[in-house]
Amino acid sequence: MADANKSVSFEIVGREDFSPVTYSLVIRHPLMAKAARPGQFVIVMSHKSGERIPLTIADFDREKGTITLVVQAVGKTTKEMQQTCRVGTALYAVVGPMGIPSPLGSARKVVCVGGGLGVAPIFPQARGFKENGAYVIGILGFRSKNLIFWQDKFNSCCDELMLCTDDGSAGIKGFVSDGIKRAIASHPDIDEVIAIGPPLMMKACAEVTRPHAIKTMVSLNPIMVDGTGMCGGCRVKLGDKVKFACVDGPDFDAHEVDFADLMMRLRRYAEQEKTAAQRWSENCRMKDEIEPAGTLSPTQPLSDVLSEMIDLLDPFEQVKGG
Amino acid sequence: MAKKRTIRSIPQQRTPMAAQPADKRVRNFSEVACGYSVEDALRESERCLLCPDQPCVRGCPVNIDIPGFIKKITEKNYRGAYDVITDTNLLAAVCGRVCPQETQCEGVCTVGESLEPVAIGRLERFVGDMAIAEGWTNIPYIEPNGLRIGVVGSGPAGMACAADMAKAGCEVTVYEAFHEAGGVLKYGIPEFRLPNQVVDAEIGKLIKLGIKFECNTLVGRLFSIEQMISEMGYDAVFIGVGAGYPSFMNIPGESLNGVLSANELLTRCNLMHASDFPRHDTPLQLGRRIAVIGAGNTAMDAMRVSLRLGAKQVYCIYRRTEAEAPARAEELHHAREEGVEFHWLTNPVELLDDGNHGVRGMRCIRMELGEPDDSGRRRPLPVKGSEFEFECETVVYAIGTNANPILGQTSKLKLNKRGYIDVDENLATSIMGVFAGGDIVTGAATVIEAMGAGRKAARSIKRYLGLRDTDVVYRSEPTGSDNTLFGINIAERNYARLREVRI
Repeated sequence: MADANKSVSFEIVGREDFSPVTYSLVIRHPLMAKAARPGQFVIVMSHKSGERIPLTIADFDREKGTITLVVQAVGKTTKEMQQTCRVGTALYAVVGPMGIPSPLGSARKVVCVGGGLGVAPIFPQARGFKENGAYVIGILGFRSKNLIFWQDKFNSCCDELMLCTDDGSAGIKGFVSDGIKRAIASHPDIDEVIAIGPPLMMKACAEVTRPHAIKTMVSLNPIMVDGTGMCGGCRVKLGDKVKFACVDGPDFDAHEVDFADLMMRLRRYAEQEKTAAQRWSENCRMKDEIEPAGTLSPTQPLSDVLSEMIDLLDPFEQVKGG
Repeated sequence: MAKKRTIRSIPQQRTPMAAQPADKRVRNFSEVACGYSVEDALRESERCLLCPDQPCVRGCPVNIDIPGFIKKITEKNYRGAYDVITDTNLLAAVCGRVCPQETQCEGVCTVGESLEPVAIGRLERFVGDMAIAEGWTNIPYIEPNGLRIGVVGSGPAGMACAADMAKAGCEVTVYEAFHEAGGVLKYGIPEFRLPNQVVDAEIGKLIKLGIKFECNTLVGRLFSIEQMISEMGYDAVFIGVGAGYPSFMNIPGESLNGVLSANELLTRCNLMHASDFPRHDTPLQLGRRIAVIGAGNTAMDAMRVSLRLGAKQVYCIYRRTEAEAPARAEELHHAREEGVEFHWLTNPVELLDDGNHGVRGMRCIRMELGEPDDSGRRRPLPVKGSEFEFECETVVYAIGTNANPILGQTSKLKLNKRGYIDVDENLATSIMGVFAGGDIVTGAATVIEAMGAGRKAARSIKRYLGLRDTDVVYRSEPTGSDNTLFGINIAERNYARLREVRI
């Protein structure tokens, strides 16, 4: 095993921009790459006075010793990271892998559902199930065709892959919950559905599978500080029980999760988040006047950017990826 | 010493310690108690009778040679006093501040039988602070014995164990999940009680002893306890991860957005500097009126932090009376001085929704004390029909913690039925070579008790590894500490050869 005593610096060795607001970071951390299991997350601090944000591990490569995080620039921290996290720079802190790994179990036929940014964290699970010999049906939801990412990665581990877009520009027109309905219609023997995405999407998925009594797991990512069970900020309601997402989860039975409570709790710091983001973008705008930032690709139609901007106003989106 | 001190000859009054006035300090995060001056310390040191009985040494969980260091202060040999303390305790500046001396050394002080006890804690802090200010460190040359020790958790238990093992010649690595070392001393105890600078200075001393600190390392998940022994080459492991996992009451309204644990409040403020938002990115949303449930030291910290963050009104809600409150008398006194309103014999039954998933108030019920329970304290019982409501926007839970489940989930460690790690009388766990101590074994306790457990585990580890333990085998005379350096008798070269290097 690699020597843990070496001081780890969390170097960024790869980055890819999927859209004006979505980007992936590949971080060198051989121990983490070795330890990570599907469904786990890390807590990241981009700089010394930054906040600790939970991000689900979207991929890990044991040979290269890297983990991949997919981030959506929605708040101050994630927008700032979009500007500062370049290949060759390093994050201030990365700790994990946190949470109980998703049990891949003995399911023979599974549906892996990812919506929006949830597409990234569902990947290790889809791959894990495939490696376990299961028949994997992937359902990925995007707003529109040009926001699609990682289709090739999913193709390599899914026996069937269904794309859903809001505008019908690729795959079927509709939500991932519509995709699940189709999958259930054509496969009566589905053992398990795993859904990751914004709370509203996960809730919709739970409602689709509930009448069929198909086991459905969702990955919750509420507000947390330490991620080790110490602050209790991430408590979620399951029926009449209260669990800490960081150490009792993050995967829970979707049919038990109180999504309304989850969504309300995600707004705990909405006001401060807004203040921080505003303050930051004002400061940035001043900088931009001198030196225009180049994250917006010139080929990107403006309407897409706007539709992504509208998403930012949805507080629930802030969950996935900080 | 010219002549023998007697109870009549010593200064009768305890030397007071200067403190910031309540109305001023409640608006800043600077330390409340300013510490002794040299004159104060000299005067107070005269109050120790240097009695042969030394009950204070037995009252100290780590058995500091208290009369020994006080005698050095009287002789104005402050460096000597520091050396005596560091014999058993490397963290003088920390312990002098946060130990509950009134129930330990000072509680059994001979002077205390007729007068106020010697202010041992204040004297210890005086010496510790002087050491930091003067940059005193005894850097020993320790002959490495080639053995490697892994310590999980960088709080007081881990630090104490690491120090002892390093002094014994082992190569010690301390793993911490947070991005900064120090554990509860950093995230929990607020700046005005224990400045982070003091904690960092004390950690600096451990680093000089050769101890390595690895932050951002979640043991259990990044690698398991078993892997530390089987793959990473540690000869022994000490677990001192603390309890964590805050308790709630399971009453209606607990998931409202104005409700948080004291751990969360303190971590956001102390470790993440939420008081400096938005210059630091971590936010903390508190209302004007804050109710803190519980009356332990953590509750007092949460209340006093809330006041400093600008709360107009802070209530302490406790179901028993002041007499049963677990907080130190001094903390309670400080909180009261700063304007905390105490509501004894009061228990929350429901947190009230403001219609927007926030808190608008709390419904409570009056309590009365019945027959004594298992803990010997009189059991609080609700008074029928005495429910009442009051308004507040934030509710903080400070009613204790449960065992953190991570190590139980990721190793074969035997746990007791409450989820804490099961150990024998030597603090050995069910895994060979793995020892545990502090809150993860006993449940929530004090800093010094955790340090005591860390030191006890270190003794057990030395026995387990076949290292001769000077503490036990070569226990020196109480005043023989003149000849020691970091607890290692210079004359004793059998288990670790060392010479002093002055820089």
